[in-house]
Amino acid sequence: MKVAIPVDENKSGTAVCASFGRAPYFLIHNTENGETEFLANAAADAQGGAGIKAAQFVVDSGAGALLTIRCGQNAADVLNAAGVKIYKTSAGGADENLANFREGKLVLLTEFHAGFHRHQ
Amino acid sequence: MKLAVLSGKGGTGKTFTAVNLATVAEKAVYIDCDVEEPNGRLFFKPVDKTESVVATPLPTFDAKKCTGCRKCVDFCRFNALVFIKDKPKVFAEVCHSCGGCSLVCPAEAVMETEKPVGVVECGRSGNVRVVTGCMNLGEASGIPIIEAALSHAATDEGLVVIDCPPGSACSVMESVKYADYCILVAEPTAFGLHNFKMVHELVTLMEKPCGVIINKTDGEYGAMEEFCAHHEIPVLCRVPYSEKLARLGSSGQIASLSDEETAKLFRGLLTSVSKEVCA
Repeated sequence: MKVAIPVDENKSGTAVCASFGRAPYFLIHNTENGETEFLANAAADAQGGAGIKAAQFVVDSGAGALLTIRCGQNAADVLNAAGVKIYKTSAGGADENLANFREGKLVLLTEFHAGFHRHQ
Repeated sequence: MKLAVLSGKGGTGKTFTAVNLATVAEKAVYIDCDVEEPNGRLFFKPVDKTESVVATPLPTFDAKKCTGCRKCVDFCRFNALVFIKDKPKVFAEVCHSCGGCSLVCPAEAVMETEKPVGVVECGRSGNVRVVTGCMNLGEASGIPIIEAALSHAATDEGLVVIDCPPGSACSVMESVKYADYCILVAEPTAFGLHNFKMVHELVTLMEKPCGVIINKTDGEYGAMEEFCAHHEIPVLCRVPYSEKLARLGSSGQIASLSDEETAKLFRGLLTSVSKEVCA
């Protein structure tokens, strides 16, 4: 299974990004072959609807799980509709959160916030 | 003559000003564009009311015709569309009703349905035609309702008073779009001055002539006077703070109807604004 994590930098040792929709990169890790790749988040500089677009990006990456600190309601709707499971991570290194995920230590994220920026 | 009454900060006296201005005119149209909480009608108590629904287009998708090309999703600059499980899906509150998705769809799979977002209420109160825009609870944008409310006075040759929403965002820009002149209502406080500067910057950008009413004064506030002098903003009038006006307001009365002093003040204001507009 592929696992997606919003991250601050496109290199190993990066921290998990505090934002989901506007994270600069997504780390995509394949748990079957252990491969990790970094993809630039196309939604990072979106004027609005960044969470929706980022969620679409995660779905299109083929990920079955998202590890994130927080997530908006709209993005959660997209991910849920696509069957992507959302796990709550703590701030800190992406690698250690990934290790926690493998060991089954992460719980599902159940609280989603409303949009931060109601445009208009 | 179309006058927009606006202020950066809420509670400075926009509705007080707009309602009294319309009241002292021989004949006027009052349009409440503060669609999130329109309160001019609490004072006018209009009769002979009619209501029309304001709706905006929202895309729906014909799954049989959709080829999954995603052109609609890629086109949407508001990111209101996603493509999940071989189907496009719209986020209604993010959609701006631009119609672009139906234009770019090569398979004619996008149709538009009407989604009600609010109402425009029209009524009469003495010499004033009262038009009130009301947004439905939970809606994100009042722009379509403001547009619809303003359209009720599009061809009116007489006095039109537009009561704007507070702030200096899109809904305010929409409300002042057709105005010949902007009356900025400001409170003589540091907070009031800060917001007055923002709204002054907005009307300057929109190239609208403007003047200021300093409301609830209790002596001179130097910083505001200096700002007005420096930017050559005419001070149209100063309304002294008075408990009597506050009491009339909180009991839903129009001050100009029961207080001759206030009526005189607003008649004077109307005359000086008319001169500014004609100048």
